[in-house]
Amino acid sequence: MTDILMPALSPTMEEGTLAKWHVKQGDTVKAGDVIAEIETDKATMEVEAVDEGVISAILVEAGTEGVKVNTPIAQLDGEEGSAAAPKAEAPAEAPKQEAAGDPEKKPAEEAKPQPEGEGPAPVVAKVALKDPEIPAGAKMVKITVRDALRDAMAEEMRRDETVFLMGEEVAQYQGAYKVSRDLLQEFGDRRVIDTPITEHGFAGLGVGAAMAGLKPIVEFMTWNFGMQAIDQIINSAAKTLYMSGGQIKSSIVFRGPNGAASRVGAQHSQDYSAWYGQVPGLKVVAPYDAADAKGLLKAAIRDPNPVVFLEHEMMYGVEFEIPEVEDWIVPIGKAKVRREGKDVTLTAHSRMVGLALKAAEELAAEGIEAEVIDLRTIRPLDHETIVESVKKTNRLVSCEEGWGPMGVGAEVVARVIEHAFDYLDAPPLRVHQEDVPLPYAANLEALSLPSVDKIVKAAKAVSYK
Amino acid sequence: MARASKAKAQSGRGSDTGVTGRDQLLKYYRDMLLIRRFEERAGQLYGMGLIGGFCHLYIGQEAIAVGMEAIRKPGDQIITGYRDHGHMLAAGMESREVMAELTGRSGGSSKGKGGSMHMFSTEAGFYGGHGIVGAQVSLGTGLALANKYKQNGNVAFAYFGDGAANQGQVYESFNMAELWDLPVVYVIENNQYAMGTSIERSASETRLHKRGISFQIPGEEVDGMDVEAVAAAGLKAAEHARSGNGPYILEMKTYRYRGHSMSDPAKYRTKEEVDEVKKTRDPIDHLREKLDAAKVTEDELKKIDAEVKAIVADAAEFARTSPEPDPSELYTDVYLEAAE
Repeated sequence: MTDILMPALSPTMEEGTLAKWHVKQGDTVKAGDVIAEIETDKATMEVEAVDEGVISAILVEAGTEGVKVNTPIAQLDGEEGSAAAPKAEAPAEAPKQEAAGDPEKKPAEEAKPQPEGEGPAPVVAKVALKDPEIPAGAKMVKITVRDALRDAMAEEMRRDETVFLMGEEVAQYQGAYKVSRDLLQEFGDRRVIDTPITEHGFAGLGVGAAMAGLKPIVEFMTWNFGMQAIDQIINSAAKTLYMSGGQIKSSIVFRGPNGAASRVGAQHSQDYSAWYGQVPGLKVVAPYDAADAKGLLKAAIRDPNPVVFLEHEMMYGVEFEIPEVEDWIVPIGKAKVRREGKDVTLTAHSRMVGLALKAAEELAAEGIEAEVIDLRTIRPLDHETIVESVKKTNRLVSCEEGWGPMGVGAEVVARVIEHAFDYLDAPPLRVHQEDVPLPYAANLEALSLPSVDKIVKAAKAVSYK
Repeated sequence: MARASKAKAQSGRGSDTGVTGRDQLLKYYRDMLLIRRFEERAGQLYGMGLIGGFCHLYIGQEAIAVGMEAIRKPGDQIITGYRDHGHMLAAGMESREVMAELTGRSGGSSKGKGGSMHMFSTEAGFYGGHGIVGAQVSLGTGLALANKYKQNGNVAFAYFGDGAANQGQVYESFNMAELWDLPVVYVIENNQYAMGTSIERSASETRLHKRGISFQIPGEEVDGMDVEAVAAAGLKAAEHARSGNGPYILEMKTYRYRGHSMSDPAKYRTKEEVDEVKKTRDPIDHLREKLDAAKVTEDELKKIDAEVKAIVADAAEFARTSPEPDPSELYTDVYLEAAE
């Protein structure tokens, strides 16, 4: 004997009306036969038999309202084997729902997220993270950020046959910003692939290829165009490892210029650091100089996780010194103190690091020693380095090119408040783009973007000077 | 990626699937019946509150997953959308792990962290299980890109429905697949309703196998309720793709008996329409006629029925009793450790 239970028609249904019986006592039914109709305020649905057998009793009459889900509504005398069908007591074994509104009944304490946004899973063992040593006597060479990125890709493609580059104009045109110069010549069109203008599609192809074990570098001509592909980056690349219980990895780098170039208007000028920085499963990197561009891109390509790599068009042509060492790799997840100071901490990433350094010089001329921290990695955010600095300076200004609300600065400030509240001598300030789409007119654009002046003013304000 | 010469060979025509062996017919029967009984039981467990969220049943469409599986070679990949239970069972994933994933238990194929729409098995060549309509078409084309890159001779089978057939990324993928001769077979499971919207109300060209024309992708319409027809068409398409001729589109005409998901009362179609399909086109009934013709006895079928019933009962029991994932699993599988 098996009980047939009042079914739930939706995740939220608790009770319904047993509108109609299609069978009566003594009827023989088989799996798939419609036996009854159930009504809720939203819908009418048919109930099918799952086992064969004879209806031995109708327990709830047609027309009964308010029948609770999982109430036995009929009994079935099964044939051989139906004893294995779920029994009426089954619901007792159903996953226990958290009692809503019952403050005593907390989720299992082991699962309690730690205050740190990254949670207990050690994304990277931060203590162990160090920049590579520059051997004594290593030659320093001048190189542009553009060529540093190119060299990183070339070195990793030489090292690992599964690494390939795809994107618009990356091959024959040599890159819209010439970041992939000469790669086609060295690696051929199997590994340097010109795509049609079809970001959503080729990002999806890249993730699919990554799921199959390759290590694609997907270049977006700019991250603004990458927005077409944001679903594949977040829903497919970032979440699949988790959703597959660890089976499907996506070792893939999405890269391209991010942020405001110059006079290209609102649709081509946006910083996506905060957007991608919110997504668990992604790592987000935004380097400033050539050494970091190279070292972090090599680390990103080797990383088994999807990495969003945010470059800056205005930095491509800037030259920096870089140590001439083999396999220069900078670890993802480690911020860098670019200038030491005792009076105020300035945080920045990407191009804004340069502005913060300049501001620090001006501040020094006025007797304020600013410590400049280059975040380098947005996710996982190395707040330890920031917190250590604020414990020394007691003042904080965050600088970013993106908008302020829900921005990187908002996260930096929140972490500092969580971890060093008692050390703060002034409310932190955020320098960021004004809260408008970036204007085209030169004067308005300048007004909108963060500047050295704005950073200096903010640093003075938190120093009460 | 260089484009091969477009002088494409005719492929696959006249393959020898016209006469299916008796054993293969019995396997079709078993596998289709397993999917149907599994899904009926999943529907029941949903009704009991053991399965949460969305649950999209495959009942009515069994011949497609089962027929295509018959021609899949080792290493060939499958990827589909959210109506995925049938594909997983056909691909050889265990009923237990699929059902336990539906109930969100640790014994599930994703340890309970994926759910109905998000299951995977690299071992079975099953790459999901994707909840965003159409996303699997780009991903599946990427699997094919990897096949070509590795020159492994494998084909990716990317399944999607008549609803997904209107998504932009499908055509972005078509374009690249043909441009680069990627070994992918696009299998459109046209069950005629994208949730509640009939194909006539959503598609300007309802003959979906023609959707590849402007990309030069060949396509054909197939009776998706006839498992032999599915296998024959599948073989031809797979050979086309495998021999370097690029993608192929198969439009499987099919029908889902249940609502779009469990909470869909399916008011957009008449009961008569559903009953008519069940009565005249049911893939399992259809196969039974062929089994009769092949002189398969009632006893043989009863044995299969009993086997399937036992598998499903066991899966349901496992799915009810497998423990929920340990809370410590909350933060696992978010990132992989970097090697260095």
